[in-house]
Amino acid sequence: MLNLFGVTFRHGVHPPDSKSLTDHLPIRRMPFPKRIALPLRQHAGKPAKCLVRKGDRVERGDKIAEADGFVSVPIHASAAGTVAEIGWWPHPDGSMTETVVIDVEPHSPQIPRPRMVPDWHGLTADQVRQEVQNGGVVGLGGAAFPTHVKLSPPKDLPIDWLLVNGAECEPYLTTDHRVMVEYPDRVHFGIRIMMQCLGVKRAVIGVEMNKPDAIKALQDTIPTDLDVTVQPLVVKYPQGAEKMLIQVVTGKEVPSGKLPMHVGAVVQNVGSIATIAEIFETGLPLIERVVTVTGPGVKKPSNLIVPVGAMLGDVLAFCGGLTDDAAEIIFGGPMMGSSQPDLRTPLTKGVSGVTVLTTAEVKPKKTYPCIKCGHCLDACPVFLNPSSLGILAQAGRYDEMWDTFHLQDCMLCGSCSYVCPSNIPLSQMFALSKTALRKQQQAAAAKEKADKEKVA
Amino acid sequence: MMDTTRFELTAAPHIKGPDSTPRIMWSVVGSLVPVVLAATWYFGPSALLVIAAASLGCLLVERLFGPGGSLRDGSAAITGLLLGLTLPPGFPLWMAFLGGVFAIGFGKLVFGGLGQNVFNPALLGRAFLQAAFPGAITTWPDLSGPWSALRGDNFALPLMSPDPVATVTGATPLGLMKFEGVDTEWVRLLIGSTGGSLGETAAIVILLGGGYLALKKYLDWRIPASIFLTVAVLTQIIHMVDPTKPTPVFMLLSGGLMLGAVYMATDMVTSPTTPKGAWIYGAGIGALVVLIRLWGGLPEGVMYAILLMNAFVPFINRVTQPRLFGTGKGVMS
Repeated sequence: MLNLFGVTFRHGVHPPDSKSLTDHLPIRRMPFPKRIALPLRQHAGKPAKCLVRKGDRVERGDKIAEADGFVSVPIHASAAGTVAEIGWWPHPDGSMTETVVIDVEPHSPQIPRPRMVPDWHGLTADQVRQEVQNGGVVGLGGAAFPTHVKLSPPKDLPIDWLLVNGAECEPYLTTDHRVMVEYPDRVHFGIRIMMQCLGVKRAVIGVEMNKPDAIKALQDTIPTDLDVTVQPLVVKYPQGAEKMLIQVVTGKEVPSGKLPMHVGAVVQNVGSIATIAEIFETGLPLIERVVTVTGPGVKKPSNLIVPVGAMLGDVLAFCGGLTDDAAEIIFGGPMMGSSQPDLRTPLTKGVSGVTVLTTAEVKPKKTYPCIKCGHCLDACPVFLNPSSLGILAQAGRYDEMWDTFHLQDCMLCGSCSYVCPSNIPLSQMFALSKTALRKQQQAAAAKEKADKEKVA
Repeated sequence: MMDTTRFELTAAPHIKGPDSTPRIMWSVVGSLVPVVLAATWYFGPSALLVIAAASLGCLLVERLFGPGGSLRDGSAAITGLLLGLTLPPGFPLWMAFLGGVFAIGFGKLVFGGLGQNVFNPALLGRAFLQAAFPGAITTWPDLSGPWSALRGDNFALPLMSPDPVATVTGATPLGLMKFEGVDTEWVRLLIGSTGGSLGETAAIVILLGGGYLALKKYLDWRIPASIFLTVAVLTQIIHMVDPTKPTPVFMLLSGGLMLGAVYMATDMVTSPTTPKGAWIYGAGIGALVVLIRLWGGLPEGVMYAILLMNAFVPFINRVTQPRLFGTGKGVMS
């Protein structure tokens, strides 16, 4: 099954990987900034419930907000200090969100409060899940989906595979790369706990072949008693998309509208795995993460350990600031990341990197009419027809996009926009179409409800 | 604190691949230059004159009636060159010019400009010329004179027919085959030292240009491959049943098949977007070419074959949508 020459999915695109800026740089620790901002919503699901008040003193690692329900995780103070304010603060998604701002204690050694380290031996699946949720762990690849939810498949769905996602197909980012090179043992320890929790016998780590040092480091440290394989993957975007990775490793396509668990697979980002290992090694919850700060617009590109909630401006300042031609700051990579207008925005749990592009890369390009070249069809990893979808989006025919052209299967990977020679912002239009459809559906539901009340 | 107002706010993806529509179009133009040179080599200055007149007609109409700056995208230049290459060397220039005007005006702009047209504009221009000037467009010059000699009454006055005395007519390989049953050596067809339209004669130059474009993914190789395959297989079967019918090699290398298959049928705007569709579309063109050439009233059928299949493209696209990931079926089914 293991193919040393790499395996891959059909379609996809080949953007320059641009990883040489940081792929050789060891992870450094960024000093604590003066202030950190911890939004209560840093994960997919329900925002956490705040436990502190203005003026409260918190130690590093203290829980400052608790999980609100099952699809939710707590939030911990990433530095010792005083709660300066709780209010609206810029959020990476572009909105203002309720946020706990902490003035970091200037001379504190920042030693976390001593805590219980759970012994993983003999823990039941439920106990592992509980520890993972208590640790505030979310997917560190970008989606920030609470990890313990993924570890809780329904009883009737047997799980055969644990897939560890180390593809890191986004250009520029080297976060997962450095974690795999520097902490391979931690990755394997995390895999051991995950396998015990899920009751699976085999795990596969998928790594793109532009990271030979990571592949070697992981291969050299595989514990003899674990069935773990490191699968080299062809360098192609979006190789790290969950559905693509599953298809490549297991040969199964996740059915449209279903989850990985429906084909017996659980996928975890390699960074999340390492974080879980850390919980069971040190008891420390998710209060810091590895972030790549990179791009031609950053003076000193780096791989950093950053406290969760550190603000964009402080992180950039530590990396030598921006070049004069820096034009766009992106959380994540250039294919799926989101532009940031505000330097006060905190790096939340799901922010895997900061990419700064210069005027040369973001120069607006002239748009031409669609020439039906079909390059987008050859790029789409889920075999949609972006050309037709684009024409419908421009005409505002959102229902047809959904019902006939399966807009719901689009994961907004951006491959179609990347290849379009006419520079038509396809992926961007699809994101808007999805939002517009959601609004229409909500409006329709509200109207129906109002009508019913009227009759009653 | 840094000034934040200077930062761009755009939606993902934030980077863009290297291809652009003008780059594709101008690459096609570039790959046609050797074809134009080959035509000039065989037919003399008349070739350049006819191609220039057709191009002028295309560019002028695009400039006057097209959206601003659309000359720069290169698509009108392609139409002009391709139209010119389908004409006989002795064609009156005013007719070539008119063909260019019709190709862009009625073949493209009335549909809404670039990307909107149903039919290949160059072929529509030629179809117009064929209907309007059936005599002039089938007058093939004799190639025996000096290189610098005009190959016919290129300078016939507007609204005048070409002077028949100025034209010494020759024959095309297809005409010889159809009406006199005479075969032409395949090597001569390959290098192009035969009579015919300007771009009909240098199969090897056209194949090289097409190969370059296919490597750059600026044309879908499946379309010419499917056309060639269909023509070869059908002709071989027919040739075996009735040996007086031409061989596959002759059919492939003669007439407008090369230019049509490589440059006209592959026009992105008027060909299918799906891989499966490309095979079907090419097979349709190939079958029609064989049908028209062998049993139709005309010696050549590439133009009508492509135009007919152009009309089927929306339908072909509809029935060949790719199978969706994680489902057993395609969209729209």
